[in-house]
Amino acid sequence: MIRPEALLHPRPAGLYCAPGDFYIDPVRPVDRAVITHGHADHARAGHGAVLATRETLAIMASRYGKNFAGNAEALRYGEVSRRDGVEVSLAPAGHVLGSAQVVVRWKGLTIVVSGDYKRRRDPTCQPFEPIACDVFVTEATFGLPVFRHPSDAGEIERLLKSVGQFPDRTHVVGVYSLGKAQRVIGLLREAGWDRAIPVHGALEGLNALYAEFGVELGNLARVDPNSRFGHAGEIVLAPPSAISTPWAKRFADPVDAFASGWMRVRARARQRGVELPLVISDHADWDELTGTLAELRPGEVWITHGREEALAHWCSLQGLSARALEVVGYDEEGE
Amino acid sequence: MRAFAHLLDRLSLTASRNAKLTLVRDFLRNTPDPDRGWALAALCGELTFKAAKPAAIRATIEARMDATLFAWSYDYVGDLAETVALAWPGRPGANRPPDLSEVVDALAAAKRAEVPVLIEAWLDALDADGRWALLKLVTGGLRVGLSARLARQSLADLGGVSVSDIEELWHGMTPPYGDLFAWLEGRGERPAADRPGRFRPVMLAQAIDELTDFPKLNPADYAAEWKWDGIRVQAVSERGQRRLYTRTGDEISVAFPDVAAALEFEGVIDGELLVMRNGAVGSFGDLQQRLNRKTADAKLMASHPAGIRAYDLLLAGAIDVRHLPFRQRRARLEAFVAGISGERIDLSPLQPFADWDQLGALRISPPGGDASHAEGLMLKRWDSPYLAGRPKGPWFKWKRDPHLIDAVLMYAQRGHGKRSGVYSDFTFGVWRDEAAGVGRALTPVGKAYFGFTDEELKLLDAFVRENTIEKFGPVRSVRADGEVGLVLEVAFEGLQRSSRHKSGLAMRFPRISRIRWDKPARDADELATLERLLAQSAGGTVNR
Repeated sequence: MIRPEALLHPRPAGLYCAPGDFYIDPVRPVDRAVITHGHADHARAGHGAVLATRETLAIMASRYGKNFAGNAEALRYGEVSRRDGVEVSLAPAGHVLGSAQVVVRWKGLTIVVSGDYKRRRDPTCQPFEPIACDVFVTEATFGLPVFRHPSDAGEIERLLKSVGQFPDRTHVVGVYSLGKAQRVIGLLREAGWDRAIPVHGALEGLNALYAEFGVELGNLARVDPNSRFGHAGEIVLAPPSAISTPWAKRFADPVDAFASGWMRVRARARQRGVELPLVISDHADWDELTGTLAELRPGEVWITHGREEALAHWCSLQGLSARALEVVGYDEEGE
Repeated sequence: MRAFAHLLDRLSLTASRNAKLTLVRDFLRNTPDPDRGWALAALCGELTFKAAKPAAIRATIEARMDATLFAWSYDYVGDLAETVALAWPGRPGANRPPDLSEVVDALAAAKRAEVPVLIEAWLDALDADGRWALLKLVTGGLRVGLSARLARQSLADLGGVSVSDIEELWHGMTPPYGDLFAWLEGRGERPAADRPGRFRPVMLAQAIDELTDFPKLNPADYAAEWKWDGIRVQAVSERGQRRLYTRTGDEISVAFPDVAAALEFEGVIDGELLVMRNGAVGSFGDLQQRLNRKTADAKLMASHPAGIRAYDLLLAGAIDVRHLPFRQRRARLEAFVAGISGERIDLSPLQPFADWDQLGALRISPPGGDASHAEGLMLKRWDSPYLAGRPKGPWFKWKRDPHLIDAVLMYAQRGHGKRSGVYSDFTFGVWRDEAAGVGRALTPVGKAYFGFTDEELKLLDAFVRENTIEKFGPVRSVRADGEVGLVLEVAFEGLQRSSRHKSGLAMRFPRISRIRWDKPARDADELATLERLLAQSAGGTVNR
């Protein structure tokens, strides 16, 4: 069989497919790009041609404007597109709306580039679909055994319990604008929180985009710009950068919360001055990363970004061949 | 255990006092007996366990998971209990999670060798937060930023009573405090606090503000006495029970059997524990030799005999006199102390004065002898009853001004908790002459982590970051030479010889009193200044 490196190999701009002449999630402008999902470190503006799901293209357009690429081609999950003899298809990755694994087939060889992914249920996107492959390219953002995300319903329960305990305070939850915001809203709705949720202006665009794609978010409100110590007893969503800033001081004795996988480690919460850490992540935790590899048992595991040394070590203990790809430019902290 | 774990988790990240009170009060309200009582005891530091050693816990997890993965995890998290709690690989088919009371009971009944086995089974049964709480509990020291006083305040809130009511009862109670909760919830009688030998809550003084307080105070309303430089104690001798307590209610009789044996009276007195040789008091450094010891050393007891200088009387015979005004208690105290045989207990003499100026002069230049070992003066209203806590007004402490030196910032360390991202612990030094021709070098003389405002802390932190020379883990060395260096005015209460410090001396209670942005580092003080200070006083200690 041919060497997998002949099909895909890392270059400074990103993971490159030589026979198909395209990059996957390139970190700088290229002629042809396949994009796994809309987070800014994976989906950049300025490529010649972009292939992605309809949702991801919409997210890129909303972020960068209509002319984010010379040409944009939408592909449905499972649909096949050919690039100079290489078959490219997309499979759900369960990370955020429209997120996809890129399945590359050539001369009997299958490589799956998972992008960022998670295995647990998410009311705002399609679940991860395992695809048998020769090489599985995985992320390792939470590639340490200390990262075991608890149940997200349990985390939402903690938030609601705190709201009950501190009815005179505003709970301001830091959420990333793409994916986390909508998932937290979805989880709150599932837990029966049917009040209007005031959101920071920076979250409005993507919330509206999710709603256009049929993700039910319920009644969202604008944060009252003139409020002084207002919104007591409510849950307000804001980008993480707005937490503990003068913007957040307008609320009633705010409880600073932050929904992120990093909140699993207490020192991280303390560092950011977070009073109520919520361990809700859109990335696979240690058990999901290792469980997926055990399930797929690919011939080779390539690790793109995160804590690759620990995951590679685990693979070697399991008799799986693994190597870290030197791909720079993906955000290892943002989540 | 789940509710307790949740409480610890929240407390560890909550800064506001009111929020902490709410968290604890809600927990106590919603958790059944006896779990809430054990939790309260743990929060107040009143649970003692057959402690599990960190090394044993580490060994337990390394038997379960790959050592390399564990090492990387520990490296990342930085706290053993938390790493184990997070990385613990559970086994399917574990038992149900234990209640806190099951943990307490099982540990009380277990032999030491059985403890690791118990812990392992509980780790399997609990979730990550539960494991963290368990490990914090069994390795001793919850350190979630809640004082015992605050915990008791929550208890008072729960029952709608005053915290002094709780304090009065507290030291007669034992966990899990079933009768105390029953009373607070209106299901039972007020528990009898009458346990002979128990601790009574201590009355504390406010620091006086010379500018604002004195104009409002009438000298005729107050008595004055020296504030002796030992440790405040309560000596109890009641129906055969003789005990010595610190002002927080910790019993220290074991370290001071000489003093306990001398409690030849029936009653409770409040006083200062001091080293006393033939009626003359020793320095704090002398007393320090005898503190923090688990047992008493006969030789040390002979060379450093301890005694009590009495300030106040709480119980005379079986009669509680705390409600009486200080004037009457004082009269009784004088008669009471006169009736005690032996020389270990004497009276702290009152200092007569006509006006504040006269008293101020006494404070600044005390007569020789014992008074040179006083920290300052105490002012007590003649009509004040003995109240628990630190009421504003009846008692003031008027300390002597501290010693001041100008030192240079040498190292900074990141703080903990709320200050974990900020360089807030500062090691400072003074100039010392090196061998001939080499010139002067800085030698560290102490470390301080308070005395500055939040605004000043930001500036200090920025200075450290901009002038870092080297990093050693959480510590940075800061540029400090004749040209560039930050001068800190450091206030301290005393000096002592110390073989543990390179400079040969140790400071007592150092804090940063001013940041001297204006002063060049080369003009900071020299070690010789401190040496002179030390030489001026006998016995190798300086006290204020």
